[in-house]
Amino acid sequence: MIPDIGHYALMIALLVASLQAILPLAGLSGNNEKLFAFATPMARLQSVLIIIAFIILDYSFYVNDFSVMYVANTSNSNLPLIFRLAAVWGGHEGSILFWVAILAIWTLAVTFFAKELPLRFRSTLIAVMGLITAGFLLFILMTSNPFERLDIIPFDGRDLNPLLQDPGMVFHPPLLYMGYVGFSVAFAFAIAALLDGRLDVTWARWTRPWTTAAWVFLTLGIALGSRWAYYELGWGGWWFWDAVENASFMPWLIGTALIHSLAVTEKRDAFKSWTVLLSICAFSLSLLGTFIVRSGVLTSVHAFAIDPSRGLFILVFLALVIGGALLLFALRAPSIGLGEKFDLLSRETLLLSNNVVLFTATGAVLLGTLYPLVIDAMGLGKISVGPPYFDVVFVAIMVPGVFLMGIGPIARWKKATVPELTDKLKWASVVSIVSALLVPSVMGKFTPMIFVGLLMAFWVMSSVWVSVSTRLKAIPTGTLRQKFKSFGPAFNGMLLAHFGLAVFIVGVTMVKGYEQESDIIIKKGEIKLINGYAFRFEGIKPIRGANYVAKQGQFYVSKDGKPVTLLTPEKRLYLAQRVVMTEASISINPVRDIYVSLGEELEGDQKGMWSVRVYFKPFVQWIWMGCLLMGLGGILTIVDKRYRLKKKTSKATA
Amino acid sequence: MKLKALVPLLLFIVLLVFLGKGLFLNPREVPSPLIGKPAPAFTAPILGDATKLFSSADMKGRVWMLNMWASWCAACRVEHQLLVEMLEHGLPIYGLAYKDIEKDALAVLEKIGNPYVITASDADGRIGIDYGVYGVPETYIIDKAGIIRYKQIGPIIPADLHEKILPLLKELEA
Repeated sequence: MIPDIGHYALMIALLVASLQAILPLAGLSGNNEKLFAFATPMARLQSVLIIIAFIILDYSFYVNDFSVMYVANTSNSNLPLIFRLAAVWGGHEGSILFWVAILAIWTLAVTFFAKELPLRFRSTLIAVMGLITAGFLLFILMTSNPFERLDIIPFDGRDLNPLLQDPGMVFHPPLLYMGYVGFSVAFAFAIAALLDGRLDVTWARWTRPWTTAAWVFLTLGIALGSRWAYYELGWGGWWFWDAVENASFMPWLIGTALIHSLAVTEKRDAFKSWTVLLSICAFSLSLLGTFIVRSGVLTSVHAFAIDPSRGLFILVFLALVIGGALLLFALRAPSIGLGEKFDLLSRETLLLSNNVVLFTATGAVLLGTLYPLVIDAMGLGKISVGPPYFDVVFVAIMVPGVFLMGIGPIARWKKATVPELTDKLKWASVVSIVSALLVPSVMGKFTPMIFVGLLMAFWVMSSVWVSVSTRLKAIPTGTLRQKFKSFGPAFNGMLLAHFGLAVFIVGVTMVKGYEQESDIIIKKGEIKLINGYAFRFEGIKPIRGANYVAKQGQFYVSKDGKPVTLLTPEKRLYLAQRVVMTEASISINPVRDIYVSLGEELEGDQKGMWSVRVYFKPFVQWIWMGCLLMGLGGILTIVDKRYRLKKKTSKATA
Repeated sequence: MKLKALVPLLLFIVLLVFLGKGLFLNPREVPSPLIGKPAPAFTAPILGDATKLFSSADMKGRVWMLNMWASWCAACRVEHQLLVEMLEHGLPIYGLAYKDIEKDALAVLEKIGNPYVITASDADGRIGIDYGVYGVPETYIIDKAGIIRYKQIGPIIPADLHEKILPLLKELEA
């Protein structure tokens, strides 16, 4: 009974969302305010209905209602509660419902915070979001109903894929989806601007915190997913250039370009067409990502159920939404215009070239991701494009981008001069070259890639320092704390995010350059010396979890006679699906991780011997620390009072 | 309208064409290395009567289908009804219960019908490994000489049956 209510809620929501889309758009030509007035209440009603449906589905997981096919397929009564609740986004139908539920949350938020926008513009924006919602609801109801019931109720569920039974599953998908779907606000904004034929600076200011918020969610979501893969997949990798990873990374790259482009549009009234195009692209890539993941056109470690009819639906939807948006762009972008002019050497130019770099990088990732598909579609065979392509191409494109990133924040708006820039950055370049040579000599190994990586990281760090010290000098009085406060959170946030990227580059460079991997065979009581650490194997302990049994290895690690840690990697057998999973054990520390993964027990006369893989990963945690700092930087810029103060003044004048 | 503004749309249309074509290709349809090779021989206990054994060697001289399935496999239910109909039309399908518990497998057959002439049990999945199974259901067509001629990955749908399986069986029987 209760699941049926969820199903009905979705049907009504589809009707309401259609009205939310059609009525305000119909009012555009005659400027009909009565029709505009429908947008907000319809949006709120529809959002609440979707959220109710989502809660009902999660409730079905909570009470183990296996009469719901989706619950029976992705959950099990022995699954711990927290994973049962997260299992709601563990399969196709639930993920799509979750996608729309997140869209409902963003829609609700927009209806509450968009009051300062003119009625016509606000209504168009909400109508566009309604159009997207209606499309996805139609998709759910036609091809992917999560509330479908089973005639024969199974005794127990098939259980959640053991790979997904991890705290990462609780946080990674929600963050990622908040990011993906959050770009719909910028998209709707761009469409509304195109329909109106103009782009106002105040609108750009209004969109900025929304876009940054989506970007922050996406940043943290991707970072969390990467960290999850690192400890869960058991081979110590943190990024695989997998199709589904790329699907989340492309909107991130374009989103990064977009937040920079929006900054220019707001502050200098320039880059208008760019901003609109990037807004369309960011969300289009989110939709494309959904298509790639949900249609199974590409193979991936994120393997899900495949159904061509679903793929076809999303493809048609993509064609209408993205094709329509780009057609509108082709027709209307010239009327929006480019905006203010600027000199060849200026902060605008540097930001523009940075955008070009990010755009190109996205293109390279897109090319690599779709290349196997294109080759297959042309009947040329089956190939796969892997890290060798992505690593080389991506790094080659990004290096100049990171170089420009060091100069950008120091250059003046509109017009900068070479002598001024070289004067400000001469020490930064000396410091970064010296440091990039010094670190490899301490580590005892030098390669050109290590040098380039470290050079870029130190370059960004020292440029951040130059920005700070220039500004500090400009304020003669006050404590350091007061001075930083006077910069404003937006500026500090930008610096923090740039610094975060530098930290990230340090992590990537050090791991790629200095990681060590050893395969050992060890028996109980034996001690092996690896990289100066002694590993003593104290045998295997049987463990019983809620829905699995495990063999747990006991490794005492010590260095120079001093105990470091106890590592306990496991081999788990999940009972419902009879799947064996490797659970790595990691000793974490800011400058190195020790990562141990349990292999197999040898057979025959070598019984009692275990194969074990040990990794040393220097500075690997910096990768995720860097992402965290980028995210925090983004959050700082959102809290900047500028966005709220203007609201008040505009109200006062209205 | 400037031509430059049309570029993103044109690029997108090219992309759409390839995505559309891609939908009708199956990236997981890796040609099986076993096609054209002798089917790995196995002998396994018969489900429901562990005292008897089924041996692939018994099938020499006959064209037969080997369907790997499991009671825990939801995708197997998709093709189940079609398999039952195939049996009604006299197509001999031999089942292999892959990594399954005997009583679960028997319960399913009792509840939704048994399409198999004989079902053998592969409780530890060893036979599955020999055949390179990476997801049930999978179906093999083996000819009179014991050579694998066809491998279906995933559930059989009516189109597969009519366009691929039936013509092949006809050809092999001839």
